[in-house]
Amino acid sequence: MEELKLYTYIAVFGTFALYFAIAWWARASSTSDFYIAGGGITPLQNGMAIGADWMSAASFISMAGLIAFLGYGGSVFLMGWTGGYVLLAMLLAPYMRKHGKFTVPEFIFDRYYSKTARIVAVVCLIIASLTYIIGQMKGVGVAFSRFLEVEYDNGLYIGMFVVWVYAVLGGMKGITYTQIAQYVVMIFAYTIPAVFISLQLTGNPIPQLGLGSTLSDGSGMYLLDKLDLVVTDLGFKEYTTANLGGTLNMFAYTISLMIGTAGLPHVIMRFFTVPSVQAARASAGYALVCIALLYTVAPAVGAMARLNLMNTIEPAAGENLVYDERPQWFKDWEKTGLLKYEDKNGDGKIQYTADLATNEMVKVDRDIMVLANPAIANLPNWVIALVAAGGLAAALSTAAGLLLAISSSISHDLMKGVLTPDMSEKNELLAGRVVMTIAIIISGYLGLNPPGFAAGTVALAFGLAASSIFPALMMGIFSKKMSGTAAVAGMVSGIGVTMLYVFQHKGIMFIPETSFLGDMEPNWFFGISPNAFGAVGALVNFGVAFIMLKVTGPAPAHIQALVENMRIPGKVSAAHAH
Amino acid sequence: MKSKETYWSENLRLIFICLAIWFTVSFGFGLLLVEPLNEIRLGGYKLGFWFAQQGSIYSFLALIFWYGAKMNKLDKKYHVKD
Repeated sequence: MEELKLYTYIAVFGTFALYFAIAWWARASSTSDFYIAGGGITPLQNGMAIGADWMSAASFISMAGLIAFLGYGGSVFLMGWTGGYVLLAMLLAPYMRKHGKFTVPEFIFDRYYSKTARIVAVVCLIIASLTYIIGQMKGVGVAFSRFLEVEYDNGLYIGMFVVWVYAVLGGMKGITYTQIAQYVVMIFAYTIPAVFISLQLTGNPIPQLGLGSTLSDGSGMYLLDKLDLVVTDLGFKEYTTANLGGTLNMFAYTISLMIGTAGLPHVIMRFFTVPSVQAARASAGYALVCIALLYTVAPAVGAMARLNLMNTIEPAAGENLVYDERPQWFKDWEKTGLLKYEDKNGDGKIQYTADLATNEMVKVDRDIMVLANPAIANLPNWVIALVAAGGLAAALSTAAGLLLAISSSISHDLMKGVLTPDMSEKNELLAGRVVMTIAIIISGYLGLNPPGFAAGTVALAFGLAASSIFPALMMGIFSKKMSGTAAVAGMVSGIGVTMLYVFQHKGIMFIPETSFLGDMEPNWFFGISPNAFGAVGALVNFGVAFIMLKVTGPAPAHIQALVENMRIPGKVSAAHAH
Repeated sequence: MKSKETYWSENLRLIFICLAIWFTVSFGFGLLLVEPLNEIRLGGYKLGFWFAQQGSIYSFLALIFWYGAKMNKLDKKYHVKD
């Protein structure tokens, strides 16, 4: 255990030192540096930075655990969180890059010639980003408390300080180069344990192939068939076919995550950092390569972790693990309360079944699967230390991107754009840094005192992005005539419907007592879960916007010319636009 | 003289093709047709399950790069490269 602690300190503080060094080297000296890294990032660099920006504590820590317990139903996250990049590459990024501004609300202001639209966009962005950040801060606290046995609160303060140094100093420029380093740390931390485990279980070092291979225990059985057999024997749903609330719900869930991904401002703004439209398209491709590297490994990690867990508890049918002989990792996670055993039949052995009356594993938190995985598989200590550094890299890199989205929307859109337009560049840069510091303090506070609605925040962030931002941006590019009034009406009704649905089933601001229809499946609209409702919100947004467009008339001619210019790359076409 | 309008309509046609494939591999093969496809095996994978957890992601990757290459050609053809 002492050796493990030493390795973990080296991995965690070594990577922190690296991030500081990069931040010092890449500090920002202008607003262009601060908001878009001077616009000189190459597509490959941007792809890696988007990967780190996008893959949060949720992707790194939670996703494989979700898949491990949902099986086939977990596919909605895999398809949803990658398919959005196809939409970004074809429907948004190139044209928004061509338009060439600093922030998403600024694009909305130019396109819809309306301060109201800009403010609506700022509000959506801040709610979505702030709710998202709480999860990252909690991730930092958990990683510290589990791996370094530092108090949760102190872990959070260390995390806040590290982000503050490189995000405030470097702005987008510092964040970009740090994210590249964080991507490398994260991907090694995720794939190395997976390679080891795949090799142990199947003899194939490539996890994507190992998942489809036969087991190396001499049975000649395919891994997935074995897993199906083991879980169905204990009464759980078959792994490879377990559905998530029906086909329609999975359909809506996937589409909500896809358009939500494409509409998240902290991801979109990364496309403003590259020098050309062609580079913006290429960035989306490189970003998905970087993301796919983790996302195609995740299903293997999930399935193998589930199988390892089952095999530990019940090595052979009917021969259950004796509780007093449980392995060290079991004891470690029991201490955190995330794993709980209750000897219901008093035989001193562990029975793990789907039947609530006889199941003795009363709590198996999904989030522990990735973090506990290397220990369950008996991997060397340096691998476990690497996983700790990787989890922190995932949380910190996403937090930094979100903080920049928040600070730029306040300093650039609200202050420079609406309240004090004659602010000098130097003051705007200072304002950006001050706002970011305040944002770090607020998100740290929320991480220490997670509000009751923290659990439902992912639904809210994706729901907002999917039902308001994505449709507004897409219509702005693909419908020349779309007017400001119609777009604002669409955005407001899209958010309205989504929030109403989420709140009526989950409670107002997620306070369960205020939920007026109850979180009950029979009350769900066509069986669509609140998390999946962003897709419906987006449809409402499109519908209302087009009806309002018919009623109130099209956008003025100069806006239509602006859209035409946006659609075609290059300076030549700009000169010919009028 | 090739105009901006034909550049845009060629782009729209490409996007339409790409999104049709995007829809087919994920929502089609991974969700709506998952049961019949699961009858077919790809090593240890059931094919529908493979599309949902692996194949759709590989297809997305291929689509983005294919679209990027096609658009670069289109940019050259219309002399609109940055």
